[in-house]
Amino acid sequence: MARAVSSNRKLLNTLIAWTIGLIIFFPILWTILTSFKTEAQAIADPPIFFFFDWTTENYSVVQERSNYMRFLWNSIIIAGVSTILGLIIAIPAAWSMAFVPSKRTKDILLWMLSTKMLPAVGVLYPIYLIFIQLGILDTRIGLIVVVMLINLPIIVWMLYTYFKEIPGEILEASRMDGASLKDEILYVLAPMAVPGIASTLLLNFILAWNEAFWTLNLTAAKAAPLTAFIASYSSPEGLFFAKLSAASTMAIAPILILGWFSQKQLVRGLTFGAVK
Amino acid sequence: MKLRNALIAASAIVSVAATAASADELTIATVNNGDMIRMQGMTDDFTKKTGHTVEWVTLEENVLRQRVTTDISTKGGAFDIMTIGMYETPIWGANGWLVPLDDLSDEYDADDILPAMAGGLSHDGTLYAAPFYGESSMIMYRTDLMEKAGMEMPEAPSWSFIAKAARAMTDRDEEINGICLRGKAGWGEGGAFITAMSNSFGARWFDEDWNAQFDTREWSDTLNFYKNMMDDAGPPGYATNGFNENLSLFQQGKCGMWIDATVAASFVTNPKDSTVADKVGFALAPDNGLGVRSNWLWAWALAIPAGTKKEAAAKEFIEWATSNGYIELVAEKEGWANVPPGARTSLYKNPNYKKVPFAQMTLDSILSADPNNSTVDPSPYVGVQFAAIPEFAGIATEVSQEFSAAYAGQQTIEEALAKAQALTNDAMEAAGYR
Amino acid sequence: MATQQSRSAARMMMAPAVILLLAWMLVPLIMTVWFSFRKYLPLRGGDLGFVGFENYSRFISSSSFWPSVQTTLIIVGGVLLITIVFGVILALLLDQPMWGQGVVRILVIAPFFVMPTVSALVWKNMFMDPVNGIFAHLWKFFGAEPVQWLSQESLPSIVMIVSWQWLPFATLILLTAVQSLDSEQLEAAEMDGAPYLKRFWFIVLPHLSRAITIVLLIQTIFLLSIFAEIFVTTGGAFGTKTLTYLIFQRVLESQNVGLGSAGGVYAIILANIIAIFLMRIVGKNLDT
Repeated sequence: MARAVSSNRKLLNTLIAWTIGLIIFFPILWTILTSFKTEAQAIADPPIFFFFDWTTENYSVVQERSNYMRFLWNSIIIAGVSTILGLIIAIPAAWSMAFVPSKRTKDILLWMLSTKMLPAVGVLYPIYLIFIQLGILDTRIGLIVVVMLINLPIIVWMLYTYFKEIPGEILEASRMDGASLKDEILYVLAPMAVPGIASTLLLNFILAWNEAFWTLNLTAAKAAPLTAFIASYSSPEGLFFAKLSAASTMAIAPILILGWFSQKQLVRGLTFGAVK
Repeated sequence: MKLRNALIAASAIVSVAATAASADELTIATVNNGDMIRMQGMTDDFTKKTGHTVEWVTLEENVLRQRVTTDISTKGGAFDIMTIGMYETPIWGANGWLVPLDDLSDEYDADDILPAMAGGLSHDGTLYAAPFYGESSMIMYRTDLMEKAGMEMPEAPSWSFIAKAARAMTDRDEEINGICLRGKAGWGEGGAFITAMSNSFGARWFDEDWNAQFDTREWSDTLNFYKNMMDDAGPPGYATNGFNENLSLFQQGKCGMWIDATVAASFVTNPKDSTVADKVGFALAPDNGLGVRSNWLWAWALAIPAGTKKEAAAKEFIEWATSNGYIELVAEKEGWANVPPGARTSLYKNPNYKKVPFAQMTLDSILSADPNNSTVDPSPYVGVQFAAIPEFAGIATEVSQEFSAAYAGQQTIEEALAKAQALTNDAMEAAGYR
Repeated sequence: MATQQSRSAARMMMAPAVILLLAWMLVPLIMTVWFSFRKYLPLRGGDLGFVGFENYSRFISSSSFWPSVQTTLIIVGGVLLITIVFGVILALLLDQPMWGQGVVRILVIAPFFVMPTVSALVWKNMFMDPVNGIFAHLWKFFGAEPVQWLSQESLPSIVMIVSWQWLPFATLILLTAVQSLDSEQLEAAEMDGAPYLKRFWFIVLPHLSRAITIVLLIQTIFLLSIFAEIFVTTGGAFGTKTLTYLIFQRVLESQNVGLGSAGGVYAIILANIIAIFLMRIVGKNLDT
């Protein structure tokens, strides 16, 4: 990348990239801006961009209506625990697929991905009945397990592609030195695998956070996460754009902030072995 | 007499003791309508009186329906009280899924519930859900625009008058649409409106042998009349407008007339949200001189799923939420115009409530809807804007999707009706009616 | 190289994931197949007995079936095309030297963090509303008649919403691939006077092929089951009913679990056809 680039070219790049970036980001920006307007300003014609009377009234109305913190806490627990649990199960599986591949490894991998293709709504009744039998309806445990299973194939797949990029010679060298399997994993593999694991964790946390079908249909009051929170705003009395925006902002803000802070990590790990 | 009083006092003490001993936590599923949201804000009053606490599950109407239906048909027991409508109640009651509400206290006065509401929420004469609020539909119109058009709204207009007024009031440059009506797909949205409208055109969903009737002239008249009027005088994109979209348009002053739920009257006359609050008039939903008007009948009601362990506490909640006491509580805090309407006879005799401008028209509309005789020609089903059979919701949603596609100009009305006819007969055959 | 011991250790380590997924796949699958042969109407008393292939023939003979398959393919194909084409362009652009690269990258990937329900709500109400939406204001500003997005341009609208959500994912993965591009090779080609398009076609694109395959595979899996975007915006009207949505209508709106289950089996078949097709491409690309 050590190419000399004229600053004209750089300026042009910057302009184009920023324009596109802002267009793509605009719906989110607009939602956030609208959430601080009054209802009348939210539908003003022509639209008002920055020069309105900023108010946080919408947020207090939304908070008054529903206990945001509980939804948020459920989202964090469900997305967090299911992702970590998924990693615990997936890491050994992906490790063995990557380093001790057999003829069927790829078939197993593709089969795992194909389990994600079963349309969820078709099995709502069976799963619901199972949940009743096990007494885990509207519990975080139940949701953690389901969300974990939904994302497990993606986790295994991501880790596998990542682990495969770790050169086998290093492993052999360590084996020659008499390293045990435990040492091998702990001291040789882990440091090299951390970026991949971190980005897998992030990506699946996002996917778990946004999972809306099961988290809505298997919960009532106690275990409902933010996806259920937003379901009560899908069509309020009248089209209250400002309050809708406030609720939307509250639903996406935590994950947006997390995503921004971990953006570098995400990019680094998301290589899927595409980096040579 | 003394003995009786003593007994009542004693039993009251026992019941107080009993409730105090077992303070339950109720999980209540409800719809995200303004009146329900208000009820959530009042929950503290219930907790103070009974010691029970409440967990709310508030969902958008369609999500709520699928959520509670899944739960009750699998006996999931996730909820202690469910908010359901006039469509679900008789079907679920017949299946034995709901706790009969025939032993409510004298103080509650179940006889005070408007007969039309009680009738729609019963099966075989037993009440299965207590109405939280009831509604019909009526015309809400802009008095200033009507005057500007040089016309005068009769108390009980006809469809031809409405069409004429709608075209006269329309001013495209000012973005004023003569009339706003629901066109959105979904049996509870545009489906409900067009079905109620078709009743006044002499159409019906099924004949007495459960044959679909979309191949009749009455249906094609209804749809053609609707589409012609809306194309000339309706808002852009009316095929995707439901209750909320139209409410918003009306509040912004972009509609001359709006025919929709009577509960909307309190929203359009509320100066806080509505820019036209002081210019709204009301009239009965239109007819075609066939003896049936185009208004519907609906109630959102509270019901207890059979098998809940907290039946007693659930009943206490229902008695609290649908009582006159609750109405007074809301009146005290939010004013009489904002109390839940349409559920109790005594409300319409209350001098305070009579002063509310839309009170009388709401009552008249409710009284003019009859779920048992909703069509001009005889029909085998109960319900005004729906047929109270389990298959209806699925069929009507698909039918209304075909209609909406016709409103949007993606197919002709003839094509939409032919598809509706075929899919309805197919579904009825699958369900074993034909 | 692997010893017998490490092989069995490997199997042990794979076992939990495989067994769990096997259960997660088999239990619902068997139940779906079982229900698909039964007349199961929750509102009419539940399981009413065996009906043979009636549910299958009824589901496929419905006038909504083939259009729904077509809609599914259009949405999946449309979104894949848009996200991959624009993803490649964006990835190449973001790899160029510029000021504020990190911030632009954040702006571009942000939509990926938004819940599908929220994004559908925001697009439907605040952008595509024919009266109060931003697009309507924009069209009116230029003196044009506002487009009725969700009724008259329903499919393109949904493809647009879903593409917006998935473009960041495609861009991210393609970007990491672009960054690993051998710049010396490119420079050499540039020296030789190869025009940009030629360099792109013969050097950049082959290098990206593996990343493109991964985008294709992962996105297809998610796109086949999109639901919230349709539920919130059109509710399945105006020709936007996908196979998943049709099954939803049968199971939850019509409360016919048997019929819906038969639809589920068809959906699995369709998914597998697409999967086999994909695996062919993917399998080839993943071996390298």
